[in-house]
Amino acid sequence: MAKIELSAVRKSFDGTEILKGVDLRIEDGEFISLVGPSGCGKSTLLRVIAGLEPQSAGEVRIDGVAADGIRPSARNLAMVFQSYALYPHLSAFDNIAVPLRMRRLSAIERLPLVGALLPSRRRKERGIREDVAGVAEQLEIAHLLGRKPAQLSGGQRQRIAVGRAIVRQPVAFLFDEPLSNLDAKLRVHMRAELAQLHRRLNTTFVYVTHDQAEAMTMSSRIAVMIGGELVQVGTPADIYDNPRDIRVAEFVGSPKINILPGRIRDDGRIEALGFALRLTSATAPGPCRIGVRPERIELGSGPFSGHVVHAENMGSEAFVHLGVNGSDARLVARIDDPRRLPPIATQVSFGFATDAVRAFDPEGKRIEVEIEHAERVRERAIV
Amino acid sequence: MPSACGSGPLSDAATIDTAVVATPAARTPLRKRDQRAMTAYGLVAPAFTLMLLMLLGPLASVIALSFTDYQLGAPALSWIGLANYQEMFADRVFWISLRNTLTYVVIVVPGAVTLGLAIALLIESGTSLRGLYRTIYFLPVMATLIAMAVVWEFMLHPQFGLVNGLLRGAGLPAFSWLQDRNTALYALCAIGIWQAVGFNMVLFLAGLVSIPKQLYEAAEIDGAASAWARFRLVTWPMLGPVTTFVIVISGIRSFQVFDTVHILTKGGPSKSSEVLIHTMYTEGFEFFRSGYGAALTVVFLVFVLLLTLIKARLADRGVQTA
Repeated sequence: MAKIELSAVRKSFDGTEILKGVDLRIEDGEFISLVGPSGCGKSTLLRVIAGLEPQSAGEVRIDGVAADGIRPSARNLAMVFQSYALYPHLSAFDNIAVPLRMRRLSAIERLPLVGALLPSRRRKERGIREDVAGVAEQLEIAHLLGRKPAQLSGGQRQRIAVGRAIVRQPVAFLFDEPLSNLDAKLRVHMRAELAQLHRRLNTTFVYVTHDQAEAMTMSSRIAVMIGGELVQVGTPADIYDNPRDIRVAEFVGSPKINILPGRIRDDGRIEALGFALRLTSATAPGPCRIGVRPERIELGSGPFSGHVVHAENMGSEAFVHLGVNGSDARLVARIDDPRRLPPIATQVSFGFATDAVRAFDPEGKRIEVEIEHAERVRERAIV
Repeated sequence: MPSACGSGPLSDAATIDTAVVATPAARTPLRKRDQRAMTAYGLVAPAFTLMLLMLLGPLASVIALSFTDYQLGAPALSWIGLANYQEMFADRVFWISLRNTLTYVVIVVPGAVTLGLAIALLIESGTSLRGLYRTIYFLPVMATLIAMAVVWEFMLHPQFGLVNGLLRGAGLPAFSWLQDRNTALYALCAIGIWQAVGFNMVLFLAGLVSIPKQLYEAAEIDGAASAWARFRLVTWPMLGPVTTFVIVISGIRSFQVFDTVHILTKGGPSKSSEVLIHTMYTEGFEFFRSGYGAALTVVFLVFVLLLTLIKARLADRGVQTA
C-alpha cells in the first residue's frame, strides 16, 4: 500500500562504502526481490529502508514522504528477520500481539498489574485477541498460539514471525532472507505460501535473498545487487534472458551460464572458441566473452567438439560437464532426457543457436549483437 | 540417564553404565558385569571421597557440634541436646543480630542489584571508554575489603571525613556515621552496596551482551519507540536468569557480611550493627564457645539454604520459559 523510492542512497561503515548510490523505485503492491551474493549490501539496503540503519547520503521516501529522521517504529513497515527474532519469553500469541499492544495500549495500560486493572485495557485486549485470532486462522497457526518459540519448529516459527508482521496491516513488508534457516523442502513450500500471501494482501513486499531461485519464483521484479550497486532491475524473465552484465548472467540461473572465450574480428563478426559465428557487432574489435545457458547447448551436432568429464543425473533432467577440445574451457549442457546421457570420457560434438548467444565485453558489459541476415531467414540453424 | 553434567570420573562412570545396559545381559557373564561395576565405583570414589571430606563432613560436624558444649581447645565435650538453641532463642543479642542481618540484606540486595543493572545498561549503551568504566566500577570487587574499610573509616570520620565535609559544604547537618547507633548499620549498608555493585555489573554486562541485537530491532519495528518500552519488552525478560542469579548471590553475600562490621564497628555502638556472622565470630573465637557458635552457624546455613532453594525453583521455571 505504499511506494518506496530510493534516490542515490549511500552507506559507509568506518570508511568502507557498502552502498554506492542506489536508485530504486518500488511500486505500490509490488513484490520486489533484492538479490546478490553475500556482502553485496542488499541487507544493508533493506535496513536503510526500515530505518534501522541511517543512510550516509541520499533519500528514502515512503509513500512520497521523506523518511529520514523518522524512527523505524513510526514508519509503519513490518520486517521478518532471518533469525525470526521472536521474543523467546513470550508465547506465540503474545509475540503476534506485541505490535498491536505497542500501538493500541498507552504506556500506563501496558504496565504489569496496574494496567490489567484498567477497563480500557480490557476492552482493547479483546480487540487484540480477535485480530490475533484472525491472523492465526489465515496462517493456520491457531493451534500453536499457546506455545513458546522454543517449542516450535523452524517452519512454525517462521509463520509466527509472518503473523507478527501482518497483524497490524503495515504499508509494506520487508523480508531479510526469511527462508534461509529452513530445510530445502520446506523452503520450496514456504516460497509458494509467501507468493500467495502477497497476492492476498496485495501490499508492497521487499524481499532480500541470496538465493536466485527464491527471487525468480516469487517476485514480480528482481533487483540484482553486486558490490553495493544495483546492476540490473527487471522481471525475472528479463533478468534471466537478457542480462545487462556478465555478473548478473553468472549469478542468475542454476547451473551457471557457460562463459566461453571469444573475439570480435576486424570485420565485426564474432567468434567463439576460434569459430566464427553468424553474428556481428558494432563494438570495437578485440576480445570478448560469450555466454550460453546450459539448456541452449545442443549435444550431438555442431562445429565444436568436447569430451564428457562428468555427468549429473537429476532424474527428470541431466547435466553433462564437457571439456572443450583444444581449449581449457569447461561447460555444462542440460539434457531433458537422462536416458540419452553420454558415458563419461566419450567424445561429443556440440553447438548452439545464434540467438542463444549473449556477448559481453572484457569489462563484463553486454555487447549488442546482430544476427546476420541469412541466418535470420534460416532461423535456428546450427552455426 | 544423566546428561553431560558430571565431569571427570562421574561422567566416565555414566558412560560405562550405559555400556553395561546396552549389551545384552544374557550374553555377558555375571562376573564380568560385577567387574565393570567395581571399575565404575572405583572411578567415582576419588570425587566422592573429596566431597565427603571437604563438604559433607565439615557440615555434619558443625551440626553435631551445635548439640554439644564444646569449647575451643577443651579436652572433653558432652552432649547437651537443644540447650544451645534454647539459649540462642532466648538471647536478645541473637534476635538483634538476626534483625540487623535481615535489614542489611533487604537494603543491600535491591540497592546493589538495581545500581549494578543501571550501570551495566549505561556502560552498554555508551560508545566510548567502556573498558575504563568497567574497570573503575569493578575496582571495589578486586580490592581487599579490609583495606577499603580503612579508607571508608576515614571517609566517614565525623570531624575530617570527606562525607561530612561535603555535607557541611552543602549546608547540611553532619553525622558521626559509624559511632551513632541510628546510622551505623545504614553506613555499613552503603559500603556493602558500593562493594557489590561492580560484581553485579559485570554479571549484568555479560547478560546484556548475550541478548541478540535483532530482538531490539524487532522491538523497534514492532513499535517499541521508547527506551523504557524496549527495556520492558526485551532487556528485562531476557535478563531474567541473570537477575535471579545476581539476586541470590547478592543475598548470600550480604548474609555473610563480616569484614566491614568487624573492622569498622565491632557490632556497635550498643549492638546496633551486630550481624549474624559477627556474633558467631565473637561467640566462637573470642569467648571460645564453639558449640554455641556452631548453633548460630546452623541458623545461618538454614537461611542460605532457603535462598538456594528459591534460586533452584526459579531456575527451573526459567528453563521452562526459555
